[in-house]
Amino acid sequence: MTAPAPGIPVILLPKWRTALARLRREGSGAPLKLLLLGLAGAGFWSAVFAVVVRVLRYMKGQAEIGGYLPAKMLGVLLLTCGAILLFSSLITALSTFFLAKDLDLLQAAPTDWLTFYLAKLMETALHASWMVALLALPILAAYGVVFDGGPGFALVAVAAFVPYVALPAVVGSALTLVLVNVFPARRARDLLGLVAVGAVGVLVVVLRVLRPERLARPEGYRNLVEFLGALRSPDNPWLPSEWAAQMVMNWLRQVADPLPIALLWTTAGAFVVLGAELHRRLYRAGFTKAQEGSDQAAGGRWWPALAGRLLAPLPAAKREFIVKDVLVFFRDATQWSQLILLAVLLLVYLLNIRALPLYTGERVSFFLVTLVVFLNQGLAGFVLSAIAARFVFPAVSLEGRQMWLLRSSPLDLRALVWSKYWTGTLPLLVLGLLITGATNVLLQASPFMMAISVGTITLYTLASSALALCFGALFPQFDTENAAQIPTSFGGLVFMLASVALLGAVIALEARPVLAFVQASQQGEPLALDPALAGALALAAALCLATTLVALRAGLARVSRMEF
Amino acid sequence: MIRLTKLTKRYGTFTAVDGLDLVVPPGELFGFLGPNGAGKTTTLRMIAGILQPTSGTIEIGGDDLATRPREAKLRMGFIPDRPFVYDKLTGAEFLRFVAALFGQEGAAIERRIDELLGLFDLAPWKHELTESYSHGMRQKLIIASALVHRPEVIVVDEPMVGLDPKSARLLKDLFREFCDRGGTVLMSTHTLEVAEAMCDRIGIILGGRLVGLGTMPELRAQHDAGDASLEELFLRLTGGAPDRELGAVLEG
Repeated sequence: MTAPAPGIPVILLPKWRTALARLRREGSGAPLKLLLLGLAGAGFWSAVFAVVVRVLRYMKGQAEIGGYLPAKMLGVLLLTCGAILLFSSLITALSTFFLAKDLDLLQAAPTDWLTFYLAKLMETALHASWMVALLALPILAAYGVVFDGGPGFALVAVAAFVPYVALPAVVGSALTLVLVNVFPARRARDLLGLVAVGAVGVLVVVLRVLRPERLARPEGYRNLVEFLGALRSPDNPWLPSEWAAQMVMNWLRQVADPLPIALLWTTAGAFVVLGAELHRRLYRAGFTKAQEGSDQAAGGRWWPALAGRLLAPLPAAKREFIVKDVLVFFRDATQWSQLILLAVLLLVYLLNIRALPLYTGERVSFFLVTLVVFLNQGLAGFVLSAIAARFVFPAVSLEGRQMWLLRSSPLDLRALVWSKYWTGTLPLLVLGLLITGATNVLLQASPFMMAISVGTITLYTLASSALALCFGALFPQFDTENAAQIPTSFGGLVFMLASVALLGAVIALEARPVLAFVQASQQGEPLALDPALAGALALAAALCLATTLVALRAGLARVSRMEF
Repeated sequence: MIRLTKLTKRYGTFTAVDGLDLVVPPGELFGFLGPNGAGKTTTLRMIAGILQPTSGTIEIGGDDLATRPREAKLRMGFIPDRPFVYDKLTGAEFLRFVAALFGQEGAAIERRIDELLGLFDLAPWKHELTESYSHGMRQKLIIASALVHRPEVIVVDEPMVGLDPKSARLLKDLFREFCDRGGTVLMSTHTLEVAEAMCDRIGIILGGRLVGLGTMPELRAQHDAGDASLEELFLRLTGGAPDRELGAVLEG
């Protein structure tokens, strides 16, 4: 019997149709919600666009170095995004190539191996890069506007972006393929532990390669010529991110240099061919090994007894819920392995604060120190939101398949939401207070600023965690094969937007009292908290508390209405 | 006792369950049959409290599920058709968790867990993560979880799927014994021989409505079916695949 083998569109069609159906369902359910989301997205894009335009115009206006800084900035941005793309591709490739529910069907069908590889590679690239693409759009648009890129710039940007995205997808898929083959005894998902460690390595390497602080401190160079030389020369001439940046900047500067285009496209083509060959040789064995069960013993069996004593005052259902959540978290490599990454990120964060040139050389003003402390709480808040997105946002989604049990039991759903909220919030709160406390000590913050930061971070953590739980319930991902993918969904993005908006509002409300404190300190007077200033602080606190309560109620209402 | 009154479930314009009235008294093993998409699972999931009815009421042991959900659910054990459990818990941990959801803990529950794991031949895997269990083992674990708090009513959707013959026999004996001691079982199944042999009464649902209800002799009498088997009765009430369709499918 001869019949044509299914092509790439046939393999991708179900995913495409599923995405469309989900969009239609979201659209028909609540047009107002979609409108609000659209407005929030447009607002975010506009803000990024406006900031980048302003920065680029400022850079362009600088004599001598003005021509090189934008290129440098684009190179640094693309390199950072490249590292994110690579990590994201590693996680996504594990799902698309080894865990997806359609794999049994596709493996049993007469699918050509190359068609299968290319289809899954496209799926991986799309899943891994859509968020970076959304962020890149206003940034590249700003470059096009500031440098008069013309209508052709959009085509050049797309031509640079496609191979730039394809390369991490090929490398991520190939690395996952090798890992799955090398570690046959473990379940495929446990590999993410290794992936996380690998990602940490990539991150550290990227930070080492970047060393962006050098450009901010020209005095570190022996003379101006050396500084200009550092600006002009590409940092990483062998990395695709540099070629993509050069390709874009050559068009904007009207420089005719085909080398970056040739390097980018030929490398991408060659990598796809090599990736396909690796897939042909290793995939069947790897797929088979990935299906093998885990023979690891159940660890942490001492924990329920300990938790039983620690949480003795709680009712049995709440206590066992917490015990269950902690056990499941620490037995799942896709979950706990992210803690390694988190620890390294925090270390880098603290080191960066320590490296600020506030107390080296010439003494900087009290105003600048206070400003850094104040802005640092914004940065810490953003980090906490990102962590909430990773660990609190998926909480409801991860219960999805077991919801039959929770709904058919006499469990009060408030206990479910309560357990999920506090299991996620308490570690986050400890972390938030540690970051804020440690950085404030490093920055030698005043007692007033310490009190403001600690208060803000405490209340903001409560609110951000509640928002994560609420948006996780509003945009659940019950069918996901991989917990690490849940925060990268549309709902995860909406949560981050909402959380950052709240953070912005809190910082804006606190700005005046902090300014008044600086002015009073500079005049050697104690801060007089008049009703306007006290009101601003009270409003910031009330905003966080109201957000917490409303978000938890909305989350509970959504969980109560869920049907399975 | 289970009492359904004018129970209805609509999804948009589609009516999955249409004004169902049914009483299953204590001591009865009731078979709930119907073709795919007839509304069986929707009905069972409403009784279990997983789906909200569009209208109508559900009472479990006299407690209304809408107004006294906790009391109603405490009386009930639910066994779903798909055995989703927490992969990263052991069998014993899962049963302990379910018992806690029903407010039970302590030494008595530990003994109960051992007893149930032993009954279903799961004792050797007591401390193994459920991710390493087979489909049948997971199904047995879920059946054990429905019994861990000693319910009065068991609602079960396709209990025999994935079970080996020994376990299937054990389950039949268990349900019969449970009803003989005054318990109530509402069981949905496609295995008509099992339903005919086990159930005290049978309800056949089609398009969300009951089209047949009674004991086997009552059903035969209602439909002038002589001594027809349950399979013949079922096909007569719900319609079978015409021969010409089968022929067309099998044609080269």
